[in-house]
Amino acid sequence: MATVELINVSKSFGSVEVLHDVNLSLERGEFVVFVGPSGCGKSTLLRMIAGLEDITSGELRIADVAMNNVMPAKRGIAMVFQSYALYPHMTAFENMAFGLEQAKLPSDEIRERVISAARMLQIDELLDRKPKQLSGGQRQRVAIGRAITRDPRVFLFDEPLSNLDAALRVDTRLEIAALHERLPETTMIYVTHDQVEAMTLADRIVVLNEGNIEQVGTPMALYEAPASLFVAGFIGSPRMNFLTGTVADAHGAQTYGIRPEHIALSRETGDWQGRVMLTERLGSDTFVHVAVEGVGRVNVRVEGRTDISARADVFLTPDPASVHLFDAGGRPVARRG
Amino acid sequence: MLFLVPMLVTLFVVAAWPLMRTIWFSLTDASLDLISQAEWVGFRNYLEYVDYGDGEGEYFGLLVDQRWWRAVWNTVWFSVVSVSFETLFGLIIALVLHQKFLGRGIVRAAVLIPWAIPTIVSARMWGWMMHDQFGILNDMAERLGLISEPIAWTASPDTAMIAVLIVDIWKTTPFMALLILAGLQMVPDDIYEAAKLDGVPAFRTFRKVTLPLILPAILVAVVFRALDALRIFDIIYVLTPNTDATRTMSVFARENLFDFDQFAYGSAASTVLFLIIAVITIAFIMATRMDLEGKRS
Amino acid sequence: MKRTPLQNVGLYALVIVIVLQAVFPFYYAILTSLEDGQALFEVNYLPEQVNLANYRSMLTEGVFGRQILNSVFVATVVVLISLTLAVTASYALSRIRFRGRGLLLLTILSVSMFPQIAVLSGLFEVIRYFGLFNSLWALVFSYMIFTLPFTVWVLTAFMRNLPVEIEEAAIMDGASSLTIIRRVFLPLMWPAMVTTGLLAFIHAWNEFLFALTFLSTDSQRTVPVAIALISGRSEFEIPWGNIMAASVIVTLPLVMLVLVFQRKIVSGLTAGAVKG
Repeated sequence: MATVELINVSKSFGSVEVLHDVNLSLERGEFVVFVGPSGCGKSTLLRMIAGLEDITSGELRIADVAMNNVMPAKRGIAMVFQSYALYPHMTAFENMAFGLEQAKLPSDEIRERVISAARMLQIDELLDRKPKQLSGGQRQRVAIGRAITRDPRVFLFDEPLSNLDAALRVDTRLEIAALHERLPETTMIYVTHDQVEAMTLADRIVVLNEGNIEQVGTPMALYEAPASLFVAGFIGSPRMNFLTGTVADAHGAQTYGIRPEHIALSRETGDWQGRVMLTERLGSDTFVHVAVEGVGRVNVRVEGRTDISARADVFLTPDPASVHLFDAGGRPVARRG
Repeated sequence: MLFLVPMLVTLFVVAAWPLMRTIWFSLTDASLDLISQAEWVGFRNYLEYVDYGDGEGEYFGLLVDQRWWRAVWNTVWFSVVSVSFETLFGLIIALVLHQKFLGRGIVRAAVLIPWAIPTIVSARMWGWMMHDQFGILNDMAERLGLISEPIAWTASPDTAMIAVLIVDIWKTTPFMALLILAGLQMVPDDIYEAAKLDGVPAFRTFRKVTLPLILPAILVAVVFRALDALRIFDIIYVLTPNTDATRTMSVFARENLFDFDQFAYGSAASTVLFLIIAVITIAFIMATRMDLEGKRS
Repeated sequence: MKRTPLQNVGLYALVIVIVLQAVFPFYYAILTSLEDGQALFEVNYLPEQVNLANYRSMLTEGVFGRQILNSVFVATVVVLISLTLAVTASYALSRIRFRGRGLLLLTILSVSMFPQIAVLSGLFEVIRYFGLFNSLWALVFSYMIFTLPFTVWVLTAFMRNLPVEIEEAAIMDGASSLTIIRRVFLPLMWPAMVTTGLLAFIHAWNEFLFALTFLSTDSQRTVPVAIALISGRSEFEIPWGNIMAASVIVTLPLVMLVLVFQRKIVSGLTAGAVKG
């Protein structure tokens, strides 16, 4: 059963159309991530579902009810903002209770809901503090708690990790994943420009580019069978190598794509010969940038450590099963041998 | 839009409409008691040629009025001198207040006191200090051996303008200092640290780094003060009334409006003052292309 | 930065000069106000007498007490009205996008540049038309010309810096526009409102030209006009002691405000100008 449905939805600001004819259907309890570069329309799409932006044309349905003209608070949704958007003059408790007060819930129930959400997020000790007295991670939890108390059908996250430092970002990511486990009935929509967040959190990923949906699928489907050059380049880290020229021509394609982890590196023998330009050592992996004559610059992942240094001559062998071929329009080409 | 209407209506009634009426009155023969019966007379209040016959005639009106031109000159002279000194003193005070020293908070508050004192009170306080016989200013100057006999600061035409300038500079320098200090505080510290690492001497740093960076702040402050100085009225009305030496455009206009029963003529003077200030304001806005939408901030 | 001892001496000398010039005239006014009779006409730098006769005569004889109340009334009402009008207006100006918003803000700001004298004759007619001549409401009304543009300008700038997301969070929480202003914006706006309110109060308290023109009887006048019009029968009978006592009474509250709210006032003044 679908909870959120977008039917031929478009959005224009003045004469500029920023979303073109989007169709999408989300299952109940699904964790869906909208991902894409900045300006692709992912935030606008989320804000339209939230009701913070009007829908220019098309229909939005939540739980089979048309929602285009329903007030945000009546849509059965809750949102966690990028900057948390906590009310600075209210305590954590008041922040979480404000929406319930507006809904005229009895104060006993408000209290009960806030406290149970706070327990779940382990912030029940912090309820009488104001946002100023909380750390970044704690504010984030209050913001999530505020959303939880509303007991929404759909949970919206707008780049919730982008204001946290790197270490906290990983922790919070894990907590959001855990939250999803605890609320299996709740559909979650999560917007990010970071493909790592998308890959680790999502049941399904929606890749957006320039106001169009490029591909919808599970993280692994996107990784293994990108439906376009754009998706191939966007999903996976480091980025897929895109080679043009003779290599691509030999396969009857415009672009020949191969991920760094799908190339074998050897000092003795291989398909391509090249010279090492640069090595990046991460400890667990090493990325070796190799200039191959007649092919181009290729990034190769080597597991663990390696003593290969710049200017060494090496051989590369791409795994034929993992080659992605694209035509001039950026669409995949069926592989020939 | 409903939120804007009360504010806009109020501003229209207190500002736009009265301004239009003032301009209208300047083109009529309105008098104080018969405002409603004002009749159109064209530009006669500004300039009119009266033909006496026999090829003889004479120009009348504001634009050939010696007293008016004296008032214009007084206003311009006052504005240029006061704003120059205020900028100089304001800069010095701002630089001092920008340093770290003991009791800086109290000193900053103390510097604001002249700004907070009502203009009228300032004028009276200084009027007493400048009293020719019992004034402490003459006493100080005599003790320091600067003068041999008391000066009648406010009464003598030679010194009346100086007296007005002293009071105005004293009163408004704090405002200038504050604006410049705000500009100074926006210069990031690491720029000074960089200059220090480069071995630039302190004065060079000031001239080549600090000054260019705070120049916009100074410029804004100068324009604000200049617009304010051009409409000076209060100090002169209290400190040196009824003397040609300090009569400014505002004083001239009000005299005609309410004291000499020349309502239309006074309105013409008001209109000219408005035009001068409007031209300066528009030029300033065009020159700086003020950030109205707040996009950059 | 480290200073040499010589630089230190120079700095503190400058600080002393700056403080002295700022404070001395007010100090001298207090000193004079405490002197009576012949003592008034002998120049002295340190207090030699503490005589409250001038204060007593100002506050008990004549209408000065009434005039203080007039000033308090006018300044307070001006603050209340201009803040009420400005908060709602600046909400619209900072949050709602519409054509010509920049031009409108510019027009509002330019009103504060108006020379008061330019509207004087027109305003005189308006005030007579509404039958407000010689009424304190004439001042409340006419002071809007400088308090409104300033408060609208500063509050708009302040509101613009409040994150839009907070407002959106409130929308998601189901709050109405009025609830958002009341429960979310007003509590956040307090600092800016205190600042602009203070400045509007000081401005209204000090205003002279309109008060001189639109009020005609002693008992209606505000304190600046009252002080300006105190005079003797001749040049030699000006009651300087009384004038200084009145000046101190009028100024003391302002000086206290400045000392207490120094930071807020400075931030308001610079927001009005630098941001402009």
